[in-house]
Amino acid sequence: MAGTVLLIEDEPHIVEALSFLLEREGWTVVAHSNGADAAERAVQLQPKVIILDVMLPNKSGIEILTEIRSNAATKDKPVLMLTAKGQARDRAAAQEAGVSVFMTKPFSNQAIIDTVRELAQ
Amino acid sequence: MQPLNLLVTICLIYVIGLFTVAYIAERGAAEGKLKFLRSPVVYTLSLSVYCTAWTFYGAVGSAARNGLEFVAIYLGPTLVFMGWWWLLRKLIRIGRTQRITSIADLISSRYGKSNTLAVIVTLMAVIGTTPYIALQLQSLTLSFAAFTADSGQTPSPAVTAFWVAVGLAVFTIVFGTRNLDANERHHGVVTAIAVEAVVKLVALLSVGIFVVWGVADGPNDIFARMDPELIKGGQIFTPRWVTLMFLSSTAIICLPRMFQVVVVENAQEKHLATASWAFPLYLFLMSLFVLPIAIAGQSVLPPGSNPDLFVMTVPLAQEQTGLAALAFLGGFSSATSMVIVAAIALSTMMSNHIVLPLWLTLNKARNPQSDDVRTLLLRARRISIGGILALGYFYYQLTGGTDALASIGLIAFLGVAQVMPALLGGIFWQGATRKAAIAGITSGFALWAYTLFLPSFGGAFILSQSLIDNGPLGLSILRPYGLLGLQIDDPLVHAVSWSIGVNTLVFITVSLLTTPRPIERRQSVQFVNVFGRFSPRSGQSHSAEPEELLVLAQRILGRDVAIKLFNKTAAEQGKARGLPDPTDNFMEKLERDFAGSVGAATAHAMLGQITGGAALSVEDMIAVADETAEIMEYSARLKTQSEELTKTAEQLRAANLKLTELSEQKDTFLSQVSHELRTPMTSIRAFSEILRDSDQLEPDKLKHFSSVIHTESIRLTRLLDDILDLSFMENGQIKLNLEDIALDKLITRAVITSEARLREGETKLNHHDDCKEITLHTDPDRLAQVLINLISNAAKYCDAANPEITINCRRNANQVEIDVSDNGSGIAKSDINLIFQKFSKLSGDFSSGSAGLGLPISREIMRNLNGSLTYIPAEKGALFRIILPV
Repeated sequence: MAGTVLLIEDEPHIVEALSFLLEREGWTVVAHSNGADAAERAVQLQPKVIILDVMLPNKSGIEILTEIRSNAATKDKPVLMLTAKGQARDRAAAQEAGVSVFMTKPFSNQAIIDTVRELAQ
Repeated sequence: MQPLNLLVTICLIYVIGLFTVAYIAERGAAEGKLKFLRSPVVYTLSLSVYCTAWTFYGAVGSAARNGLEFVAIYLGPTLVFMGWWWLLRKLIRIGRTQRITSIADLISSRYGKSNTLAVIVTLMAVIGTTPYIALQLQSLTLSFAAFTADSGQTPSPAVTAFWVAVGLAVFTIVFGTRNLDANERHHGVVTAIAVEAVVKLVALLSVGIFVVWGVADGPNDIFARMDPELIKGGQIFTPRWVTLMFLSSTAIICLPRMFQVVVVENAQEKHLATASWAFPLYLFLMSLFVLPIAIAGQSVLPPGSNPDLFVMTVPLAQEQTGLAALAFLGGFSSATSMVIVAAIALSTMMSNHIVLPLWLTLNKARNPQSDDVRTLLLRARRISIGGILALGYFYYQLTGGTDALASIGLIAFLGVAQVMPALLGGIFWQGATRKAAIAGITSGFALWAYTLFLPSFGGAFILSQSLIDNGPLGLSILRPYGLLGLQIDDPLVHAVSWSIGVNTLVFITVSLLTTPRPIERRQSVQFVNVFGRFSPRSGQSHSAEPEELLVLAQRILGRDVAIKLFNKTAAEQGKARGLPDPTDNFMEKLERDFAGSVGAATAHAMLGQITGGAALSVEDMIAVADETAEIMEYSARLKTQSEELTKTAEQLRAANLKLTELSEQKDTFLSQVSHELRTPMTSIRAFSEILRDSDQLEPDKLKHFSSVIHTESIRLTRLLDDILDLSFMENGQIKLNLEDIALDKLITRAVITSEARLREGETKLNHHDDCKEITLHTDPDRLAQVLINLISNAAKYCDAANPEITINCRRNANQVEIDVSDNGSGIAKSDINLIFQKFSKLSGDFSSGSAGLGLPISREIMRNLNGSLTYIPAEKGALFRIILPV
């Protein structure tokens, strides 16, 4: 049941950790660090699950999510959003933009693995 | 006790008594008690100011010289009060409705509130009254001298006159100018005058009774002793006798002091009914014993005795010292009451018609404050009173003891009688005009001065004796005593004929030739028809149009309130619709409601204008000004308060804005700190969980993951240090270790520390020699920290193929500049403003490990070292400049 996970994140060590975890579970992880063309990448890649960081260079995670949801090719893709801010305001904005699951950094590895699996179904 | 001391003591006790009476009456009036003081009896007695010392002493003298001539002086007023009371009633009614304060005010008000007329009448009144006051001083001085003649202690007349004048001035000022009453009534003074009236009547009656029944054996005996020459046939109804009656009749109205007591001080119109018989009765009693005393004096005293003093010298000659003292008090009362009332009346005219207009003209630029006006008027009155008595005193000094003074009473009568045509014409003839009044009064006054007043000095004043005898330039046709050849032996009759005749003729002619101005016409209607429908308080209905009233009411009370009030009143009046009738009740209610908004005086004046009733008097204006000033002051205070409130609100808004901004900054900062801390923690947690949960890991992976945890831990620690450092510096809590250090040594230290970083990017560093020999007094560690930060930033971000960093130093007069530059592409224009902000990450900065605090910290350090750190946009590469004071 494995598939592709698009990981939009600019912190190299976090990318490394998440890639290691998900690949060990059988996922193909594609990392993308720049916010500017992240939504485009999702359209091209058609991943099973998208993991999206909130703080990204050039474009915020909320903006990217809005783009993903407004594009017919990606509007139904499950998006797991990660934030290091953890503020209620961000959570509300993400809900509004149509996030599937919202998680705060630092996260539990197991929670990430379970969530991605659930989202993929 | 010596007669002089006795007399002075009596006078002092008497004056103190008067003071007490006046004071109690004043208090009583203020508290609304002692209503009997405002009775018709007091009013009648106050009219006795007509009987001055000249009448008290002089009537006997006149009788002794000219027989029944004196009767004319009493008969004139008697006729006026008994036969012409309706004229007096009209004057009193006008005085009340128009708020008249003096005869000058009456004339001026009637003729369109002409101040010119007011000034003319005031000046005439002063000129006519001054000799009269001098006459009182002379009477007092003479009586003083007569009383003390035998003791050889007689003080010099001038001294007596001086102190009497001073005493009178003080009394008048104290009770005449206590306050500015809108209707100019002086309860205290009037009551004191009434007491004095009783004293003079009792004194004269006592002396008379003593003479008839003490000296002689009853009336028959007295008249038996009479010199048959004294009363001759044809003495009455001669031209002179008729002239005297005419003059005394006009005097009762035109003399300023008589106008004051008859019209201004009148409390109730109905008091006149009592006075119309009681005052003639008083005069009758005053004249009853005049002839007997004259006869007795002539028969008892040695020939050549001054008949003017018979009232006192007869009892003295009979060793009746007590009675003589009473007679003296009677004379004293007569003189003082006349002077006091005259001074009050004149001072009112002078302050209202001369001082106030003058002051208002001079202070036009300034906005007059009502307090100023009030103080000014009171002061003007006090000074006027002093001035009037001083004038009287100097006049007395100038003419003292001469016959000129003795005849001055009638001369003064004629002077003020010049107002009569304008006054009578004014209240009975609507066609009388201001120009006519001015022309009539001036011409009459001029003729009076030329034919009677100036010649009375006997060549001592302005007109020489030869001019009086032969006319100016020898033109006998212009002789003062025989103008145009008119042959009348009696100068008084001659002068009356000329002045009053010409005055009346001019007045009527000019009135017919000129047209009154609108304000004159309006005033003339109100004066002539004072009993008619224009009277504001008489009659059921007012002349005001309800529409006009509604407009005014809307303006003052506000539209809705006014309409509601009018509808309610109309309903009460039984009107289904339309406006209510302006009935008395309604007008009073309106005035009360208006008063609540604009003040009582203004309300009265406004409604008065609409109803065509009362015109504005000086007092109205003062009251209006008073209220206006109060309202202005109040609104100024409100304005200040509202300005202050606006300012405070502005400050609060600014403070609130600042707080909101600070709060947002704090939120942003916390959120950024949270993000910066959570990022390394996320890596640490993720990798430590991998290590924990993975049973089998390749050794190199294990090592790598461990080193990531290590690196991120260090990053976390450094981040915390930076945040704390910055927070301390921003709060000014940085501790500096200042010492002298050579700049190139410091730079070398920074370069060595940055070597690892430089080597990593293969960056070349040029450190020029020009930094040598510059010594700084600063904190070397902190300055090095800034340099290291700049060098590592340059090494990190310089995007040149062969990166190079250059450090240059310059020393100016009072500062050292250190430039750290590189050969990269520099900082994008849009980012220049961001670089010194906390946690700012520039576009394209993907490197980890940078929290964006380096530059903010460096800048804070420089600020604490009294220097600065700025980015200088250069042609090529990034250029940071450190400036330090030397």
